[in-house]
Amino acid sequence: MAVRLKTPLSEADVLGLKAGDVVYLSGTIYTARDSAHRKILGLAGRGELPFELDGAVVYHCGPVVRKTGSGYEIVSAGPTTSARMNRYLGGILGLGVRGIIGKGGMSGEPFKGRAVYFAFTGGAGSLAAKSVKRVVDVLWMEELGIPEAVWVLEVEDFPLLVAIDAHGNSLYL
Amino acid sequence: MLVDAIVEAIRLAVTRIPDDVVLALKEAYAGEEGEVARFNLENILKAVEIGRDGSIPVCQDTGTLTFFVRAGVESPYLRGLEGAIFEATRRATEEIPLRPNAVDVMTGKNSGDNTGRFVPVVHWELAEGSEIEIAVLPKGGGSENCSALAMLTPSEGWEGVRRFVLERVRKCGGKPCPPVVLGIGVGGGADQALLLAKKALLRKGEERHPDERIAEIEKEILEEVNALGIGPMGMGGRTTALDVKIEVAHRHPASFPVGLVVQCWASRRAFVEIKPDGRVEVWQ
Ligand code: SF4
Repeated sequence: MAVRLKTPLSEADVLGLKAGDVVYLSGTIYTARDSAHRKILGLAGRGELPFELDGAVVYHCGPVVRKTGSGYEIVSAGPTTSARMNRYLGGILGLGVRGIIGKGGMSGEPFKGRAVYFAFTGGAGSLAAKSVKRVVDVLWMEELGIPEAVWVLEVEDFPLLVAIDAHGNSLYL
Repeated sequence: MLVDAIVEAIRLAVTRIPDDVVLALKEAYAGEEGEVARFNLENILKAVEIGRDGSIPVCQDTGTLTFFVRAGVESPYLRGLEGAIFEATRRATEEIPLRPNAVDVMTGKNSGDNTGRFVPVVHWELAEGSEIEIAVLPKGGGSENCSALAMLTPSEGWEGVRRFVLERVRKCGGKPCPPVVLGIGVGGGADQALLLAKKALLRKGEERHPDERIAEIEKEILEEVNALGIGPMGMGGRTTALDVKIEVAHRHPASFPVGLVVQCWASRRAFVEIKPDGRVEVWQ
């Protein structure tokens, strides 16, 4: 099955997906890698997170960016290995995140009943960048550096594969 | 001039996947029937094309730049070469651009330009003559995290090599962005085994090891790895590895070191040659 979805994702959106479905995702996504997860969970714990993650989609990605006159342009932006973020998975889904995009898969249990894991092809960064329409914002760039900063991206028809669904099914062996 | 050539080689490496690798990817695509495997290989082939046509880094992890220099001791261009490599790395980071991937181990601070303590990595080898050849190998983190060393006993021998490699590849599953290319270094000490394994990744697809017995083992391991069924991106399929390259060194009687360097499908490389008269050539 192939469907088009727009962020924020609802509970019904994610419960309707099955491992193996193709989703064309549009809307806003947030990149986050190891340090960004630590930072997000720390701030959320103190009620100081500067953005809302309810229904959000988090992308495990450290992009190549180019500075433009007024901001940044995404040059290449494929997924990074998600397993490194397993330790933050319960915490991040607890903030209301409904979808995670990455590569290589994650522990399936925390997704049950509330969220899905989308796979995009690792290494296909130049293709992923075609789906990024613009950089909405970037957070903590000075502190974390380009790959680890949180990039808020507007995407259009980002082609993703549901690799772990909310019903306990996974495409990983 | 020299710096320009090295920047060009870096650009070639990160934006253009070598022809032999693309060929292997196309063959893999033709050989897969599963929808998921085809989804991934199709995306890979599209990304390769976009990178090539737009001169865009195919993968966003432009890696740790690793240089293998074979320096002819009579070349008049040896002086300042290391500086030129560092300068080219900085310029490439800004111009291509590359992702800044050099992070201080104590503070976690990113240097911002891909240079730092012992980075980019430069391996030197002295040679007779007056030519210099520089190989550029951008090495991604996801696949490098699957690299490993095994200090086997001599009685485990080549059977042990097989077992170690298969076990490691199985354990890593989709993490190194399969289909992978495996570099295997056997013999030497711990350091040499890993270095040989990494260097093996510079060999072209069709280049088998000149020793037929070793070439045979390369083919066997490739078959066995593909029989694991891990498939493109670890979601099942016939192609887990595109190729296996082995390099060997004599070993200590008591040791049987095996270095495994896992390279992703984005098996990137480029070369620069500096001729005795200063002309440079860049190729893949
Ligand atoms: S493992 Fe290779 S292809 Fe995958 S993200 Fe890293 S550098 Fe890119």
